[in-house]
Amino acid sequence: MNFDALFGDLAQHTVDGLSKGAIYALVALGYTLVYGVLRLINFAHSEIFMVGTFAILGTWSLLGVADNPPIGMAIVYLLIGLVVGALASGATALTVERVAYRRLRRMNAPPLIFLITAIGLSLVLVEIFALWMAGFFSGRGFTENRLVIGIPPLLKQETVLSVAGADITNVQIIMVASALVMLYGLDQFINRTRYGRGVRAVAQSPDTAALMGVHQDRVIMLVFVLGGLMAGAAALLWNMRYGITKFDIGFVVGLKAFTAAVLGGIGNLRGALLGGLLLGVIEVYAATLTRSTWEDVAAFVVLVVVLIFRPTGLLGESLGKARA
Amino acid sequence: MTEALRQFNERRRHVLGGMGDRWRALPRWQRWLTLLAGVAFLYYLPFLGDIPGTNLIIPGLDWFRTDSIDGGANWAGVLFVCALYVLVAIGLNVVIGLAGLLDLGYVGFYAVGAYSVALFGSADSPVVGALQDQFGLSSDWAIAWAICIPIALAFSLVAGVLLGWPTLRLRGDYLAIVTLGFGEIIRIVAKNSGWAGEAQGVPGIPGPEGPPSPDNKVFGLLDIKPWYWLALSVVLLMVLLVRRLEHSRVGRSWLAIREDEDAAAVMGVYPFKFKLWAFAIGAALGGFSGLLFASRSAFIQPETFNVQLSILFVAMVVVGGSGNMAGVAVGAFLLAYLPERFRDFSEYRVLAFGLALVLIMLLRPQGLLPSRRRTRELQDRAKEAPVNVA
Repeated sequence: MNFDALFGDLAQHTVDGLSKGAIYALVALGYTLVYGVLRLINFAHSEIFMVGTFAILGTWSLLGVADNPPIGMAIVYLLIGLVVGALASGATALTVERVAYRRLRRMNAPPLIFLITAIGLSLVLVEIFALWMAGFFSGRGFTENRLVIGIPPLLKQETVLSVAGADITNVQIIMVASALVMLYGLDQFINRTRYGRGVRAVAQSPDTAALMGVHQDRVIMLVFVLGGLMAGAAALLWNMRYGITKFDIGFVVGLKAFTAAVLGGIGNLRGALLGGLLLGVIEVYAATLTRSTWEDVAAFVVLVVVLIFRPTGLLGESLGKARA
Repeated sequence: MTEALRQFNERRRHVLGGMGDRWRALPRWQRWLTLLAGVAFLYYLPFLGDIPGTNLIIPGLDWFRTDSIDGGANWAGVLFVCALYVLVAIGLNVVIGLAGLLDLGYVGFYAVGAYSVALFGSADSPVVGALQDQFGLSSDWAIAWAICIPIALAFSLVAGVLLGWPTLRLRGDYLAIVTLGFGEIIRIVAKNSGWAGEAQGVPGIPGPEGPPSPDNKVFGLLDIKPWYWLALSVVLLMVLLVRRLEHSRVGRSWLAIREDEDAAAVMGVYPFKFKLWAFAIGAALGGFSGLLFASRSAFIQPETFNVQLSILFVAMVVVGGSGNMAGVAVGAFLLAYLPERFRDFSEYRVLAFGLALVLIMLLRPQGLLPSRRRTRELQDRAKEAPVNVA
């Protein structure tokens, strides 16, 4: 246990953790939305995120993005990336719903069957990318590519702010800020619009909602698309921060985002944000304490501990219970 | 096209539909004779196509062997892996098929079994090394293989209870994710701990005849047939045991819990207790399989026990038909055998697993060779489908 390394630079580790947690938070929103409405874990959500990272990479290489373009161009590219990533992930989410879930919902299959189809679909998506699409999006044609693929850096990561001994980079600010903005937008959408009311109604009681004239299938599709949009935004942040992608990055990110969703209270939008940021911080602390050998274990330990002592998460499960 | 398909399905039902009933209607001696012939055939399998002791061959059967293709794997070796996976599938079937708990970290128990025999049975392992130093033993001292078996079973059983104790009170889908995490934790712990040999793994794991060496007469490195027969014997023994268990009070409790936990609890079946039993028994079987795997390979490393293997295990049970022991055995055999026989497509094996999982769950959620009880259960649920505004 390397306590000196942790406490000597606590503020810095916290900032690193928060920015890492922003990605988890955005991906966690997808799990939380689907869980809130359908009461099932969309295991393929991690792949929805992975598809986003590749779609953004593909678009950028198509546009001929060079390393560190001028700031105005960089912003344009980032916005294009956001749109493309959100669209690609949203479309993938919709496909997942159509292929893996719709028929099973009609059959009223037990939840385990949903989970297994989702695992199967997740394997299929991963392998499609490993065998063909990863090569395609990185401009090598439809060839097998199981390697780490680099993404051109758009923003030079530089320190813009120093608070309490922590150097905060521009990318980190963008990450945390955009997670907050996305959550705020989603929260408003769910709580204030007509569509949002439909989502909450189905979450509370699918049968009653259907009797009241809410189109269940449409609401479920909407929920998947919203989750996909958030995953697309997360994919953009990932590309900016880490500058690499790979066919199997989804698995670990997805598992951690799911942990974040459970930590905050699954089905609870604000809980997902809180859980994500918290998990990011916990993970960076754990990595510092153990010289990063036990980093991945930390998330699982958190998950198990939360589920044992507070299975409803920190903020409690809601979505359905939210005010009308 | 659909009409032709429908007709085909009708005919299939006509031919295969009453199979189970017809089988059960046979006189007992005929059933026993068939089963004995089946078991004898399983023991004969490594020779498939040859007649042992002669130079004669049976034409045609050769095609099924994996070494009939270029660069194909050793046929007995493939059969050995098939037998291991069947053992895993039988264990996992207790957890998924009978008790209805989705365990995505089953590879963890497989790893615990493998590491038990590696750490206690190999003279080169860090644990045995520490014992040698502690008690001043010679440098080739290690615990005998036969004693490692109960050790491995005990460790995996305890691992099952330790994992099950806090997590089995959770909802089914949470359980799946927690077990997934557990499988990963076992792998990461093995990779990062000095006492488990870290990423290099543990060499020199013993078999029934002691540590691997060219002098071993039966359980050697080159001839894998004895290993297959050993694994097959273990499988047959476990099939008998689990079958007895399935039709006991415990087995009925599992089915009751799977079908309706609340109703079972009201009837006086304490779900937690029986779920824990299912977990522990499943874990022990997985551990046994891991032990055989480690003994045969003589060397293990943590990366073998990855999530993909866990998902492959689940796929075997689900594709075969969870709840039906014959079904899961067939599923395990197919998923172990097909990628080896059709090596040209081995690049696409994971893709094929994924597709198979999706398609089978959508079109035949009860699996290829289902248990009739489970089929009815699913049909029953479909009738209770909620309001649908299409």
